[in-house]
This record gives sequence, C-alpha cells and structure tokens, in this order.
Amino acid sequence: MIFEGAVHKFGRDVDTDVIIPARYLNTTDPAELASHCMEDIDAGFVARVRPGDIVVAGENFGCGSSREHAPVAIRAAGVSCVVAASFARIFYRNAINTGLPIVICPAAVAGAQAGDRLRVDLATGVVTDLTRDTTYQADAFPAFMRELIAQGGLLPYVKARLDEAAAQ
Amino acid sequence: MGHTIVEKILARAGGRAEVSPGDIVEARVDLALANDVTAPLAIDEFEKAGFTKVFDPTKIALVPDHFTPNKDIKAASQNKRMREFARRHDIAHYWEVGRVGIEHVLLPEQGLVAPGDVVIGADSHTCTYGALAAFSTGVGSTDFAAAMAWGRVWLRVPETIRFVYHGRPSRYVGGKDLMLHTIGLIGVDGALYQAMEFTGPAIKRMSVAGRFTMCNMAIEAGAKCGVVGYDETTAAYLQGRPAGSRARDGGVEANSDPDAAFVREIEIDAAAVEPTVSLPHLASNTAPAASLAGITIDQVVIGSCTNGRLEDLRQAAELLRGRKVHPDVRLIILPGTQQVCLDAAADGTMAALIEAGGAFSTPTCGPCLGGHMGVLAEGERAVATTNRNFVGRMGHPASEVYLASPYVAAASAIAGHIATPEMVDAAGVSSGAPDGGRRGVSGGGRS
Repeated sequence: MIFEGAVHKFGRDVDTDVIIPARYLNTTDPAELASHCMEDIDAGFVARVRPGDIVVAGENFGCGSSREHAPVAIRAAGVSCVVAASFARIFYRNAINTGLPIVICPAAVAGAQAGDRLRVDLATGVVTDLTRDTTYQADAFPAFMRELIAQGGLLPYVKARLDEAAAQ
Repeated sequence: MGHTIVEKILARAGGRAEVSPGDIVEARVDLALANDVTAPLAIDEFEKAGFTKVFDPTKIALVPDHFTPNKDIKAASQNKRMREFARRHDIAHYWEVGRVGIEHVLLPEQGLVAPGDVVIGADSHTCTYGALAAFSTGVGSTDFAAAMAWGRVWLRVPETIRFVYHGRPSRYVGGKDLMLHTIGLIGVDGALYQAMEFTGPAIKRMSVAGRFTMCNMAIEAGAKCGVVGYDETTAAYLQGRPAGSRARDGGVEANSDPDAAFVREIEIDAAAVEPTVSLPHLASNTAPAASLAGITIDQVVIGSCTNGRLEDLRQAAELLRGRKVHPDVRLIILPGTQQVCLDAAADGTMAALIEAGGAFSTPTCGPCLGGHMGVLAEGERAVATTNRNFVGRMGHPASEVYLASPYVAAASAIAGHIATPEMVDAAGVSSGAPDGGRRGVSGGGRS
C-alpha cells in the first residue's frame, strides 16, 4: 500500500487526551470523533486536513490513555498514515488493530516539514519526501505483526483461529 | 540463567518452559476488564467480527466507572449498551451504581487479582495490579474484544528495569512522591515497552496502597507494566479475599530470580525524595512541592484510581481535621469504592473531610479525565492526586493540573496555593490562610 499526502507536523509526546479529548468519549461514532481530532493542540487541524494527508510526529506518539477512539478519530479525519519517531505501546497496538497504518522512522520525522508532500510505501518501508527529494527507510514490523496485518487485523485473526479449532 | 517475575508469569501463561525479552507469547488471560468508555467500542467490534460467546463469563469484568452516575444522555446510552451485554453474556463481574467503584481500586478489593495472574484491561491504568505480583497491562478495545472471545492476548515479553529504593522516606513522603520523582528521572517514555520492577527496603516497608499507586503510574513512564514481588505484605492483603486461595504456589514464585537479567538498574535514595509535584503538562515535569508555594489554586481533587484508597483519604484527613479548606478553593474527594466510603465513615475520615469544607463524591473517575463532577474552566488550576496533567485533561485546554500526593493536595487545599504539610503545620491549626482567608497579591503567582 502506498500513501501520498501533505505533512501535518507535531512534536513529541502527543497524548491521546489531545488526539481526542475525553469530553467527547461519550460516543463511538467515527465521524463525530474525527470532528474533534487534535482540537486541543491544533484547533485548525480538522479544517485543514485533506484525505490522504500524513501526520508526522516526534517520540512517544499516542501516550496516555488506552482509548482506541484516538486512532479511530485520526483515521476518520482522513489521515492515511502516521509517521513517528516512536509510538506509545497501547497506541501502537490500537493502530494495528483498527487498521490505521503507522510507520516508525525517526530520520523522516527529523527531515520532513509541515506542508511537504510525503509518500509512504508500507510494503517496503520506504518514506519519500517529494518536496525535498529525500528518501528514508522505516523500521520493519516484526513477523508476527506482519501476519496480523495480512489477516486484516486482530479480530479476523482470532476468528479464523477459533473457527479452525471448532471445525476440528 | 534466572528470570524476572514478568518473564516467569508470561512463560507459564504462554505455555512455555521459559521466555526471553522480545519473544511473542499468546498468554492465557486470568481477568479481562473494560469500562463504560472502552467497553462499548469493544462490544461493537466483538459483534461485528461475528463472535457470539465470551470465553469465560467469570473472567471478565465490566466496570461502569468513568462517566457514572450517568453524566448525560450519550453516556447513559453507552452504559446501557454495556449493561445489556453484561446481562446477555452473564458477565460475573458487573456492578451498578451504588455497588460499583473505580475499577483499579474495586477489582483488587473484591479479590479478583492473584499473584502470578495475567490481567489485561481496556484502560491504561490496568498496570495497577502489578502491586499484587501479577502481570497486568492496558490494551485497547479491540484487544479486549479479542480476549473476551479467545481468552488469550498476544504480548511481547518486555525487558525489565529494576528500581531499587533505599532508605526510609521522610514523614510526608509516600508511594506517589517516589513515583513522580522516578518519572521525573526517566521521562514519560523512559520505560517504553518495558516492565518497571519496584524493589528495595523502601518498597519492602511500603503498604499495598502505596504499591498500587506506584504501579498505577508505570504507564506514565511509557511502561508495559509495573510490578512488585510477592511478600508478606501481599499475603496479608490477600488474606480473606477470593484471590488469596488462588495464589499459585502460595505466590512465592512471583518474584524475580536472584540471577535474573535486567535491562537497567536504577538506584534511588528514598530518604532524599521530597514531597513532589508534577507541573503541567507532563508527569515528568517534576519539582519539590516546597518550591511551588507561589502557585495559587482553584480546586483540589483527592482520590481516583491512583490515590482513592482508605489510606490516602486518611492522610488527607490527618491534615484537614480541625482545619478549613481555603475559601477560594473547591475540595473534591473521589473515594475508590463504596467500601472505602463505609470505612472512611466508620473511622471519622469522611466527617473530618466534610467538616473541613470538602465535597465527598460517590466513586467515579469523573474530573480526572475532564468527564464531569469537577471540570475546570479556562485559566483554572487544580492540585490533584490523579495521574495525568496533559493539556485539557481536567477540562478546558487552558486549565492546569498539578499532580501530587494526598498530603500535598490536602496541605494545598488549606493554604490556597501549592503547599507542603510542613508549611501547614508551621502555620498552626485553624484556617491556614494567614491573611484571614484571602490570598495576598504577592502570593498570586498566576502566569
């Protein structure tokens, strides 16, 4: 899968409370969650973001609460992919589980600036800054994660395992 | 080669002779929990994936604690969805308002966690139960949904950082101060993907309540879990609780081997740690409370899953008994469970807090995450014994949260500004506001 879009750049330790404030967690509707995405640190984000755009952030992206509403809100806001220097562990799991593509690539984070056109090739891990004509190599996912992603996420993986066990 | 507690628990739960950091295990789950914010999303996913049956209704807990008593119609609808699911699937551990408590205080109190258990929860502070020598970690709603169906969870075996706390903490220093100090030392991602094992003489002497507080905040350093080895303090806590009889091998195995490999070892002199405060907007932004006396406050919150146990409320009452909350300050008490309420009523703690001018709430996560029951307005400041001070955490994005212990929170409620218990003691009994109740201009400190 290849994504291409404009960069929206954030610093380090972007927490899930700013990705989607808890005051909006009385719903699970993706569109409603998306309408408040990032509003406490970047009030113009939702209005500015275009389908396919890419969030680029520093270390520890998604720290704090376990709320899966965070990756859901980012994806529903139109973001195609998040490139970060590192991810908080629960957010990392949640992104994989909900189908929000994420890439760990500190060099791309250091190089890319807000507004740059970025291309991310998930299969090869190659991140290209088209504006600056620079290419970076992202970290590969562990084999187990690649299998999960290939099966369409955690629940299809578990469902297949249980169905298989039931058939025997 | 020996193994850490976490490696031993995950090896057994994963059906392996032994595991090493980096291994992926599919661990059997002893308890899976979710709350009224995370469960509805999990139920949606569970049903969408075509699951019709939970793996074991006695190993699932659904806890309506975040926006309860229902704060608005949407929250009421979410709770209704969770309640109906709990009834339909015969979920053993579900409580209504009036019996429910804050999940991470309630579940151990009910005896649902034993040493050696694997606990996952769709709530990041699930790491609390490491205080009972269990492996417990926060996950998202989809992981919880999968665990409800499967009874297992995939986990990467974490490296363990060993923290050794030497010495005896001073009079007003507890688990909260040691943990804030530790996060200040290593940073909010200082233990990312790793386990934090708390050891040393100061931990050995620490109550289970203090250990719960420390493990609760392991996530604030990015950790997968916090853990304290099984000892006589754990045994005493488990005495008479259902989990007590479940502790495998008497719990003794839930300790790291003497030759276990740690990725890092950090030694801390607990005697040198001062009452500590985390300033906005990161838990790692720490300073001694004594250095922050110029900062005036509007609200104090004492309680939550971090510090909502009887011992915490007693510490607050120790300072507030016979004194008054500053006229400009709103003090809100969030007890962890109904049992904590009853115990606090029985021993005079509740009366002391109410007589001082505090509002005693029903158990709820409430204002900790800016939900309800004490949300902050623009420009307002709170001292809270909760666990997070991110932008907008307790309300308006331009409000501020200072994290502290129950002692520092109570002292601050009396003083009207961030204060240490020693400052309140030095000011004598009664109000604690030396200028007769109004804060002096010089003490303003608003910026």
